[in-house]
Amino acid sequence: MLVSKDIPLMELAPGASARVVSVSGADSKGPADVGHRLAELGFLPGEAVRIVARGLLARAPIAVRIGTGTFALRLFEAACIRVCPEQPQLP
Amino acid sequence: MDAATSAPSPLIALVGNPNCGKTALFNILTGSRQKVANYAGVTVERKEGSLLTPSGLRIRILDLPGAYSLDPLTPDEQVTADVLLGRRSGETAPDFVVCVTDATNLRQNLRLVLSLKRLGLPMVVALNMTDIARRKGIVIDAERLGVELGVPVVETVGVKTAGVRALIKVLDATAMPERRTRNAVWQPLTRSAIEHDQAEVRRILGVVGGDRLDGVTFSDRLDALVLHPVLGPVILAVILFLVFQAVFAWAQAPMDEIKLGVAAFGNWLGAALPTSLLKDLAINGILAGVGSVLVFLPQIIILFFFILILEDSGYLPRAAFLLDRVMGSVGLSGRAFIPLLSSFACAIPGIMATRTIQNPRDRLTTIMIAPLMTCSARLPVYALIIAAFIPRRSVWGGLELQGVVLFALYIAGIVSAMAVAFVLKRRGKGGGFQALMLELPAYHWPNLRNLGIGLWQRVEIFMSRVGTIILALMVILWALSSFPAPPPGATGPAIQYSIAGHLGAWLAVLFKPIGFNWQISIALVPGLAAREVAVGALGTVYALSATGNDISSALTPLITQSWSLPTALSLLAWYVFAPQCLSTLATVKRETNSWRYPIIMAAYLFAMAYVGSWITFRVATALS
Repeated sequence: MLVSKDIPLMELAPGASARVVSVSGADSKGPADVGHRLAELGFLPGEAVRIVARGLLARAPIAVRIGTGTFALRLFEAACIRVCPEQPQLP
Repeated sequence: MDAATSAPSPLIALVGNPNCGKTALFNILTGSRQKVANYAGVTVERKEGSLLTPSGLRIRILDLPGAYSLDPLTPDEQVTADVLLGRRSGETAPDFVVCVTDATNLRQNLRLVLSLKRLGLPMVVALNMTDIARRKGIVIDAERLGVELGVPVVETVGVKTAGVRALIKVLDATAMPERRTRNAVWQPLTRSAIEHDQAEVRRILGVVGGDRLDGVTFSDRLDALVLHPVLGPVILAVILFLVFQAVFAWAQAPMDEIKLGVAAFGNWLGAALPTSLLKDLAINGILAGVGSVLVFLPQIIILFFFILILEDSGYLPRAAFLLDRVMGSVGLSGRAFIPLLSSFACAIPGIMATRTIQNPRDRLTTIMIAPLMTCSARLPVYALIIAAFIPRRSVWGGLELQGVVLFALYIAGIVSAMAVAFVLKRRGKGGGFQALMLELPAYHWPNLRNLGIGLWQRVEIFMSRVGTIILALMVILWALSSFPAPPPGATGPAIQYSIAGHLGAWLAVLFKPIGFNWQISIALVPGLAAREVAVGALGTVYALSATGNDISSALTPLITQSWSLPTALSLLAWYVFAPQCLSTLATVKRETNSWRYPIIMAAYLFAMAYVGSWITFRVATALS
């Protein structure tokens, strides 16, 4: 059986469905509570996630559908989130 | 009168995630019976209303700020948690909680319900927006949801009165509990507790229905355009431009009506009253002053109309998303966009809205540049000068030249704000990361009732300013301009001999290098108290300094005759950076809890205004 590898949220193709695998506590450079706040907003393991839109410059920020809600995240926030694509991604 | 009215009414708190339709529900429950104030010590808006149930029970309803969790991260969430826990001094803990949930977003909303349940307060869950959910094919078994949650669930349809009646019935039927003797206790949630709650939410959704993830929704299709990297900013620019064109074009007719009305009233008053000092005060002080400010009510209503629609429809956070990179490059969060946009209406609500920015330095920068956004109080000044000096003609295929100039003034404010933010960022100690984490709620049609109530509250604020601070200043200015009376045999206009005349003559020396005459110099003094007062002050100064009987004649032809174009442009530039009104400085003092920032703000804005006007005046003089 093929087990999909988890990838950082930013590497998910826009529009592709995925599930959250983990939300790291704190990126070493970011504020300590980013991970906790993301969890409070619903970025929790097992939740369905999809990138709705990306910005023009440096493709940031990104608009992310989590469950039934949508949040705009900056890249360092998105960096806390690892996801597992539902379909294998084309490179 | 009777025992029922003297007994304290039960207090119900509305709690919910941001964007769950809580305020819409509050508006239906309380109608226009709302009191808008601030929580003591902070500038989080406090909305309380009341409701009379069919059985004659008077209920007070508190609309608590939206919160994602009871472990607060923003001042808004802090207030909500503190009020619920009875920790906020000066606030009674609510007797009963109505937790408002969005039926289309229960996956997110139910976690807060589970948290509230832990508090052990008596509560009912309002299942809001069930109509939208049903249209999306989400049918939720409300009764079963109540069983699973262990609290009553009432279906409400946020925007329709019928659904709310069911909620009122429940509130009426629920025997309000005795006043609580002990406060609720709250243990902060750990990450695993949140994950545990989410597992419970998934289980409940599996049972009651509604565990459906949307495919591509209407909002998604709209977002594909609105958030598009290239089209999105174009749409944003077009929307903002149309708003400013409308502010000028649509407001013209009602403004003319108000002008005619004020003039007619002045004539009637002039004929009815015997000549006296009192008549002079009534016509030249009060009516001329207040009338010339009142005339801008239509423009303020139109501007707020658009801001409220953009807010209610869900477009504003999208605009913040689009501008996040631009704002980020000068050290601001995309979140700063909403406070800054509010500052176009008035810097005070804008500065107050910065409370949603978590990073203190980011918040301070936003506060410092908020007054550079062209507030609606500057519109009267812009409008007067543009009408007097910029010809009414079309340029570039149908665009009003006057509208284009107004747009340019707004842009000048924005660009200088960005520059100031950039300097502040460079001066600060290295960046760090600033959070965005902004919810993009589903689009929906703006609700007329919410729009009406929102507009009415803004109009009330503007009118009460006209009625209090501006009226008081007008009377003071009239007195300054009337006393002492000119000596016998004086040849010049009376005002030259008054206190204001001397003050203006002194200021005129300071302002001469930037092209201001003594009339403008006098008008700038009360203009510090409230910007729009400057127009009224000019009205008073010119009406009083006119030697003939042309008191009721409009200000526009007067200034067209007596000011040069460079002077007019210089005054426009002055008002872009405009030393702000005292209420703004007072708000900054309160928000930052120090005198340091309001003083720095006043100083840097004065300096920018003087330099900006000087350059404008010199360049315009050289060109003309």
